[in-house]
Amino acid sequence: MEILVCVKRVPVPGVRFVLTEDEREIVTRNLGFTISPHEECAVEAAVQLVEQHGGSSTVLTMGEPAAVEQLRFAISMGVNEAVLIETDGGECDAAATTAAIVEAVRAEQSAGVPFDALLFGNESADAGNYQVGLGVAHALNLPCVVGIKALDVQADGSVVAKREIAEGWEVYELALPAVFTVKEGVNLPRYPLLRGRLAAKKKEIKTYPAQGPGEAGLEMMAFKNPQETASQVEVLGEGPGAAPRVAALLQEMGVL
Amino acid sequence: MVLAFLELEQGEISELSLQMLNLAADIAAQMNTGVQAVLVGEDGRTAAGDLAAYGISEVHVVEHEELVDYAPEALAQGLLQLMAALQPKALIAAGSDRGNELLARVSVRGELPMAANCIAASAGEGLRVTRVRWGGSLLEEAVLRGCPALLTVMAHMLAPIEASPAGSEPNISSFQTTLNADDLRVRVTAREPVGGGVSLNNAPVVVSGGRGVGSAEGFDILEKLAGQLGAAVGCSRAVTNNGWRPHSDQVGQTGAQISPELYIACGISGAIQHMSGCRGAKRILAVNTDPEAPILQRANYAVTGDLHEVLPALSAEIDKLA
Ligand SMILES: Cc1cc2nc3c(=O)[nH]c(=O)nc-3n(C[C@H](O)[C@H](O)[C@H](O)COP(=O)(O)OP(=O)(O)OC[C@H]3O[C@@H](n4cnc5c(N)ncnc54)[C@H](O)[C@@H]3O)c2cc1C
Ligand SMILES: Nc1ncnc2c1ncn2[C@@H]1O[C@H](COP(=O)(O)O)[C@@H](O)[C@H]1O
Repeated sequence: MEILVCVKRVPVPGVRFVLTEDEREIVTRNLGFTISPHEECAVEAAVQLVEQHGGSSTVLTMGEPAAVEQLRFAISMGVNEAVLIETDGGECDAAATTAAIVEAVRAEQSAGVPFDALLFGNESADAGNYQVGLGVAHALNLPCVVGIKALDVQADGSVVAKREIAEGWEVYELALPAVFTVKEGVNLPRYPLLRGRLAAKKKEIKTYPAQGPGEAGLEMMAFKNPQETASQVEVLGEGPGAAPRVAALLQEMGVL
Repeated sequence: MVLAFLELEQGEISELSLQMLNLAADIAAQMNTGVQAVLVGEDGRTAAGDLAAYGISEVHVVEHEELVDYAPEALAQGLLQLMAALQPKALIAAGSDRGNELLARVSVRGELPMAANCIAASAGEGLRVTRVRWGGSLLEEAVLRGCPALLTVMAHMLAPIEASPAGSEPNISSFQTTLNADDLRVRVTAREPVGGGVSLNNAPVVVSGGRGVGSAEGFDILEKLAGQLGAAVGCSRAVTNNGWRPHSDQVGQTGAQISPELYIACGISGAIQHMSGCRGAKRILAVNTDPEAPILQRANYAVTGDLHEVLPALSAEIDKLA
């Protein structure tokens, strides 16, 4: 099986983001970077599918050159190949991101074996557009199941994907090739071992240039920090001695 | 006109849809127009009558003989056809899993931009929206170009629209969708219900544990308390990452977004990504050894101390009262 997994480099949020003066960017000087938990699970799913069914996996990101850090992280988890669509770091809207990824996927497919499964996060950690996986699927005319928390490839090549909802599970059956956007919980991602980390350092990363973004359909004007009004917290007590007061409060609330 | 896609929960208009209607009504008023509703299938038709209370006089029920269970591509196609017929200025849905999925599908199929998780909008040249990013760490002001404007409304940030008893029965019309085979490639083919227990999503009380619980067995005392309170058990990502609880228990940006009457957070520091899942809680009680923990900024009540001592003492106290 040939698997593609797409990840997005994002700063690790602290208690509060510091913004540039024009409020159009986050000051990332003192921040680390990561990928969404959903995407970490998508990477794990790609590695597991190859472990179970053979073939190879490729991780792809569109971002600034420093985004190789996130590609190498995926390699250290066991992904085989890495592709960077290199930008100057500015943010693109979902349509532009989709178009760039579709172009790279087409280039990769014509150079090698077509992908059987393309994995995305359900939504990116920072933008949360919910669109890129669906957009890529649409452009490639592939079916796409979103928000899955279980993925099983059967012996006959068909797939059972499941989505968790309040009342239980929704089951989807379809044939590959297909696109899946996954949610955290589809698996428990492994922690990269030293051997993987060393291999990742040496891995050659294929790079495509990104086109400049066109006119955005959703154009970011400014970021704002949410106004948090701290609640008036009532301290009910310290340690086990607080139990009677808590119980009285629960009674008052009608919870008991 | 602004078209509002409504979801049902046990046959009734969902809480998140009612929150969404609040913003839908606001946008419609700014555009000097009204809100019309879209519902799906037989169940939708049954629930349509309830809309009188929310001042909605036109309801469109999207129907197709194949739309018996959830088929998102087909539904998106149905919404695009309905939009072509009605020419709304905006299509708006709740920022639920389903709302975000459907509007994103409409967005890519219709080549229309979409703004997810909005909390405010002002009409002008394009729609100027404020939306939640980073699960709540940051707000974004953006201009949404494209007509109809596609937007979803962030869960548990707006109050539900108020019901007024005076409304008259809405006019319900059926909209028959035309589908091809590709539209039905993605559809629910089976359902697996979960058995019993109090569900995290609609439990009135949630007892939630974080890294401070220390182990999978550590959750026994949370289970005990939850049992006494008829509560569900939740947890933080630190807990699911350690494999102590299944991910279905996780509250937060990449977990469940819940709105219980009371959220009891034990050994949880209160990271924004966690709080983004319990923002809808009416009250929060924090149990934490650290009197400076960020959760105390959001909590209404706090007990400082070791949860391993506080919770058993509380359970014993409740037993005494019973
Ligand atoms: C994109 C993204 C998405 C995320 N999504 C989620 C999400 O959905 N849900 C989520 O929870 N997190 C999420 N996170 C992670 C989040 O940032 C925090 O890392 C996580 O919530 C921390 O969990 P915690 O509070 O249990 O652990 P910690 O932050 O380690 O806090 C432990 C707390 O327990 C207290 N404590 C320790 N021992 C005891 C004791 N014996 N008794 C009482 N108190 C004690 C400590 O004082 C501390 O306050 C996400 C992060 C990112 C980047
Ligand atoms: N710049 C990017 N590079 C690679 N993949 C991306 C990028 N942006 C988004 N994605 C993928 O698309 C998913 C959905 O993103 P979004 O539509 O922004 O919510 C993410 O979880 C990633 O898997």
